[in-house]
Amino acid sequence: MSRDLLRRFVHDMLLARAFEERAAQEYTNGRIRGFLHLYPGEEAAAVGVVQAAEPSDYVVSTYREHVHALVRGIPARYIMAELFGKKDGVSHGMGGSMHLFDRERRFMGGYAIVGETFPIALGIGYAIACRNLPEAVICFFGDGAANQGTFHESLNMAALWRIPVLFVCENNHYQIGTEIHRHSAVTDIHKRACAYAIPAEKVDGMDVLTVYEAARRALDTIRNEGGPHLLELETYRFRGHSMADPGAYRPPAEVQAYLRDDPLAAVIRRAETVDPTPGKHKPPLTDAHPPSPFRGRAWEALGDADIEALRTEVMAVVDDAVRFAEASPDPTLDDAWRDFHRNHAQETLI
Amino acid sequence: MDDTTLYWQALNRALDSEMAADDSVIMLGEDVGLYGGTYRVTEGLMAKYGEWRVRDTPISENSFVGLGVGAALAGLRPIVEIMTVNFALLAMDAIVNMAAKIPFMSGGQFAMPLTIRMPGGVARQLGAQHSQRLEVLFMNVPGLRMVVPSTVQDAWWQLRQAIRSNDPVIVLEHERLYFSKGPLDETADPPPPHQAVVRCTGADVTLIAWSRMTEVALAAARSLRDDHVAAEVIDLRSLLPIDWTTCQASLDKTHRCLIVDETSRFGGAGAEIAATLQERCFFSLDAPIARVAGLDIPVPFNGALEESCIPGERDVIDAVHRLIGRP
Ligand SMILES: Cc1ncc(C[n+]2csc(CCOP(=O)(O)OP(=O)(O)O)c2C)c(N)n1
Ligand SMILES: [Mg+2]
Repeated sequence: MSRDLLRRFVHDMLLARAFEERAAQEYTNGRIRGFLHLYPGEEAAAVGVVQAAEPSDYVVSTYREHVHALVRGIPARYIMAELFGKKDGVSHGMGGSMHLFDRERRFMGGYAIVGETFPIALGIGYAIACRNLPEAVICFFGDGAANQGTFHESLNMAALWRIPVLFVCENNHYQIGTEIHRHSAVTDIHKRACAYAIPAEKVDGMDVLTVYEAARRALDTIRNEGGPHLLELETYRFRGHSMADPGAYRPPAEVQAYLRDDPLAAVIRRAETVDPTPGKHKPPLTDAHPPSPFRGRAWEALGDADIEALRTEVMAVVDDAVRFAEASPDPTLDDAWRDFHRNHAQETLI
Repeated sequence: MDDTTLYWQALNRALDSEMAADDSVIMLGEDVGLYGGTYRVTEGLMAKYGEWRVRDTPISENSFVGLGVGAALAGLRPIVEIMTVNFALLAMDAIVNMAAKIPFMSGGQFAMPLTIRMPGGVARQLGAQHSQRLEVLFMNVPGLRMVVPSTVQDAWWQLRQAIRSNDPVIVLEHERLYFSKGPLDETADPPPPHQAVVRCTGADVTLIAWSRMTEVALAAARSLRDDHVAAEVIDLRSLLPIDWTTCQASLDKTHRCLIVDETSRFGGAGAEIAATLQERCFFSLDAPIARVAGLDIPVPFNGALEESCIPGERDVIDAVHRLIGRP
């Protein structure tokens, strides 16, 4: 724990930022097309939650899922190749940016119809509960998705049958151009969970250690006591909804304020100081925080040189990913048909 | 009359003109208000008509389309925008079980002056969930009507007609048409909303298309002229109902027909068109009615593969050559 984990966080957050900024550049260069939903500003959410999970847990995500996939351990190469629509992409160039799937890593997909992650996660959780396994499902969703019927329907069933799902709301305050106060009567998304007697908590989603601890606690509860849990992470996206959206609807002062709260800068600052106590630079958002596992520990800070080395490392990873994606061939129509028929390739249908 | 109007602008003007003419016309959908619509179609309307008439909704498709149904029952003329046809799948209960049934189930007591606008079709690398052509799902629902404008002029005419209709009308727009340009005459009288039109005349073969495929059929017809094949292009303009009379008149003249269909081939919209025209025109046909259509596969993300999943000009030209028995 401790120094290694902190280094991990810094590494993941740097990689996440560098990967997404590079994807934006490649989109501008015309090498990535279609919708491209980027994650800068929200890195602490994916890093904190996915790092808190076990490899045997499942992850279900949305169309804004590159970073969830990266943190889950899918090599940047295969993600970038998918963004390029190439044959070596995780989904063989069939899925694209919004549909990353990696069965081996239990990365159960990016879904582009808002509200789909709830029933998918519920079903995976059902399969776990059915077999009584010590596993859990992480279900990511946005603030906007909480108004889809599937949210309420799935929360009810998850609570009713005590399904091991950690619902994680990445509340970035916007549903494309609609600010949360204009789309939700109750803007504290976690409060909705009480209607289904699901334990829920809201934490600062800009602070990776806070997120990590909250996710650890939630997953522990799920594993020890069964049943679902909901975490609301307050966060912000620094860019528009997708590359097609300039984000002109947001007051510049609001954007500036959140930029000053950059989770990447925060984790680096934290890493460079000796006391990594979460929430130290900010009042906690909820009043009942259990003692932090970091508190009072001797701490060896990461120095400038360490951070620089990590930066160099992630830049190399991203450069390599782009070179790999470029060099990968386009899939052919035969490849497409093969993927389409893969599951019954050995079967005689007629 | 100018010919620099964009398709989305024609839709925008149609909405504006109907909202100005009738207070009972309201609009709702995701990001239709402040943001001005994903494809700019509703730009400026919230500022002009206020929040009660132009409502930004949460992501709750089934319930906000259902809201449109309820509001129509109580005398409003709602226009619901579904951001893309793919999300209409979440509102099928409201569209199919409610909007299409209530007028009939109530013994005709209630009208359903509801307009549902949404784009469909294969755009550019939006992935399998965002590249669907779901025309057939609605064609098989008696009680609905569906128009599929392919030109700027029709966008203007058919949207206004849909709003004025007392039936639930789906206006199926196309993601690749929003920024196409064309002439718009706001004062001209429209043809009936479901009438097909002949966009280009010819005696050798009839190409039947709608929405964006009209463009593809017309391009193929121009190229075929160089090969001395005169293709007649019919733009259906509506898929529910379909104007069989215009099609039949053309087939009686050309004796050959190719349907240019962006939907997947199996059970696609073209299947209904081919079946009905075969029944109606069997004795005037010189060859079986042929189809070029989308492949029966979800649309792959890769750009080149995506393109090869839907008919292009080359596919149409080759199919015409096969149909008329020339190399
Ligand atoms: C059912 C459905 N309706 C509408 C959309 C279009 N859409 C894509 S993302 C989005 C906003 C989602 O907002 P939120 O859930 O807060 O996630 P965020 O993008 O902020 O991460 C909308 C409306 C969609 N993809 N699916
Ligand atoms: Mg959001």
